[in-house]
Amino acid sequence: MAFLDRTARSLLLSELVSGMWLTLSYMFKPKATLNYPYEKGPISPRFKGEHALRRYPNGEERCIACKLCEAVCPAQAITIEAEPRDDGSRRTSRYDIDMTKCIYCGLCEEACPVDAIVEGPNFEFSTETREELMYNKDKLLSNGDRWEPELARRLELDAPYR
Amino acid sequence: MAKVTIDGIEVEVPNGSNVLQACEAAGIEVPRFCYHERLSVAGNCRMCLVEIEKAPPKPFASCAYPVNDGMVVHTDTPMVRAARRGVMEFLLINHPLDCPICDQGGECDLQDQSVGFGGDSSRYLENKHAVANPNFGPLVKATMTRCIHCTRCIRFSSEIAGVPEMGATARGENMLVGTYVEKALSSELSGNLIDICPVGALTSKPYAFAARPWELKKTDSVDVLDAVGSNIRIDSRGAEVLRILPRLNEDVNEEWLADKSRFALDGLKRRRLDSAWVKKDGKLTKASWPDAFAAIADKLAGVAGDRIGAIAGDLADAESMVALKDLLASLGSTNLDARQDGAALDVSRRDFYSFNTSIAGLEEADAILLIGTNPRHEAPLINARIRKRVLAGGLKIASIGPAADLTYKVQTIGTSPADIAGLLDGSNAFAQVLAAAKKPVIIVGQGALARADGAAVLAAAWKLAAQVGALTPEWHGFNVLHTAAARVGALDVGFASGKTLAQMLGGGVDVLWLLGADEFDTAAIGPNTFVIYQGHHGDAGAARADVILPGVAYTEKEGTYVNTEGRVQRGALAVFGPGEAREDWKIIRAFSAMIDKPLPYDTLEQVRARLVAVNPVFDRVDHLPRFGCSDLTGPAGDAQALSSVPFTAKIANYYMTDPISRASATMAACTDAHQSPSLAAE
Repeated sequence: MAFLDRTARSLLLSELVSGMWLTLSYMFKPKATLNYPYEKGPISPRFKGEHALRRYPNGEERCIACKLCEAVCPAQAITIEAEPRDDGSRRTSRYDIDMTKCIYCGLCEEACPVDAIVEGPNFEFSTETREELMYNKDKLLSNGDRWEPELARRLELDAPYR
Repeated sequence: MAKVTIDGIEVEVPNGSNVLQACEAAGIEVPRFCYHERLSVAGNCRMCLVEIEKAPPKPFASCAYPVNDGMVVHTDTPMVRAARRGVMEFLLINHPLDCPICDQGGECDLQDQSVGFGGDSSRYLENKHAVANPNFGPLVKATMTRCIHCTRCIRFSSEIAGVPEMGATARGENMLVGTYVEKALSSELSGNLIDICPVGALTSKPYAFAARPWELKKTDSVDVLDAVGSNIRIDSRGAEVLRILPRLNEDVNEEWLADKSRFALDGLKRRRLDSAWVKKDGKLTKASWPDAFAAIADKLAGVAGDRIGAIAGDLADAESMVALKDLLASLGSTNLDARQDGAALDVSRRDFYSFNTSIAGLEEADAILLIGTNPRHEAPLINARIRKRVLAGGLKIASIGPAADLTYKVQTIGTSPADIAGLLDGSNAFAQVLAAAKKPVIIVGQGALARADGAAVLAAAWKLAAQVGALTPEWHGFNVLHTAAARVGALDVGFASGKTLAQMLGGGVDVLWLLGADEFDTAAIGPNTFVIYQGHHGDAGAARADVILPGVAYTEKEGTYVNTEGRVQRGALAVFGPGEAREDWKIIRAFSAMIDKPLPYDTLEQVRARLVAVNPVFDRVDHLPRFGCSDLTGPAGDAQALSSVPFTAKIANYYMTDPISRASATMAACTDAHQSPSLAAE
């Protein structure tokens, strides 16, 4: 019996037909893939992407050089030097992040008492050279300026859970 | 002794101790802000509350409560914890939450104790009290909003520093600590206010925002900017020394540090010699090490040993001095001098040139005579020790020399060496005071010795000491107070032989090797003398040099220093020297190999073994036994040849006495602030 059954199945191409049927059924379902880079998936407000240094609405930089992010960074990717600014306030004279060392854990953001250093939604910052990934203060501040609306929004969305 | 039980641990403490000291003896931590073991008890922070059995049922401030025999103390009961939590809440009512921008962050008593003993959250929503920041001069940065009114700074100024210029106005929440009239702090010990302030109200101005304590590498070392040999901790990050803090040593500096030693460190970054220089056609040009050595070797060829000399500076370590001494010996010269000021020190016996009573021994003295010295400027920490003895009571103190404010009352009994004669023949009333004293002390300053009749002053002072009973087998009351950290070490290695400095100047030698020597008139060097300057700063000596060999400063080498007491101490390497600069003894060792007269040591251990061979005292590191005097033979010098020319101050400007402090911008700001009473330096 088993012999007849197997022979009949192979002569009638039933496996092929069931496979083709599955294929046909997927043709009428919604697509699972995205047409990256024209389409992108949704990102959580807690997504940890490229770093940025934020400013206050009046343009003053938030970072006060407390060095807590530098201390907490498990990859030791952050380097800060501080000195009194001309008006006597405490500010960084150097704020570097080595993005090749960074493990995107988000502890810098957690440690920051003034929400200055944040990890934004941007994950598309690949570069052609390694040196371009050594971010300095200017680069981080310009990131902050560019992404501020989204940064503010994700902080706001995440605030209830902090 | 009283037996006290603290949390079940029984300890015995001296009668008159307070409960807090008993808790410390039992090894139990009691939080405190206002209590400091070297200051008077104020009892105003109320943080050290404990519970005492069989006493009224209330928390007691342990710092202000004396122990009784059989007392039973509890430091961890619910009442104590609740009381401390309440006190902490009160302290934090007006303390700003600006830890992220506060320099004390990470080493703050208030931070630590609020974590350890405070509550978990704040119930206070009202506005905090805020006050304006006064200007305390170029060293101390005041942020008085952070002040918790512990009054430690006020007590330090009036008790230890002896300059009662700090105080408090108004009461309660409105209390304001300050100088009443805004002014720069005038004490040489003002940097210690930064250390004793338990919060960030008083912080270091030059160190402002520079680093966090957890970033710093800590190196235990010894200070060389005065002859006290204060024990210090050098905090560095990378290749930079960021701050210098005192280290506890009861025998030397207790836990204090003088301002110059603490703040002159920015001079280590300026005017540094970082490569060799050789004079070509009358102009110094950069050169490599071999070229510089070759230039010296060329010059030395054919010069008689007697025509070569060396002068050691005030910051030189003993290793480099012994190496230079051996190098000159191999060249056939014994012309060595370290007495740049020309002080008439007799090097035949060690107690003729050291501070024999020892700094801690000053506390036993009952009469002190200062001769030609202003310890406040020459050694602020020795002055603080004398002041401590003055405050303990029963001390008679007099001075022969220029009038100066020493922070305690001194009877001026003369101004010139001739006045010592009055003490010797008993015509001066203070002679009887000295003779009646059990432990009299005579302190001779460099200002008294660096003059034409210096030898006579030294001999007369010794004779006076012998005459009044300051020299007994149990007590040595004759002291020479030095101002240069290298001086006693130099004399110990025998760096005073052959021609003296005066004989070497004016063409007395053809080749002169300066080991960091800048404190004499370099213009007096003969025009045809070939000068080799080995040192770390481009100061007076380097300006006159024909060849400059870049050495390193005291933070950049392992060195042995002997303080004015004769205490041998070791400094340590915290950072590496700039550029081509090398450790000084290694430079001399390398040069000796270049001229085929290699010195017989290759490692630091071997140099130190050589030091011990030269003088066994170098084997006694960090340890100074107390000794008396049984041989009353005095130093060379005619005790009768005393002139009546008044003594002059050895140090005109406390803040600038050596190449490091002269290069320091902070010290320049201090000089500015203290020479013009207005707040010039900001």
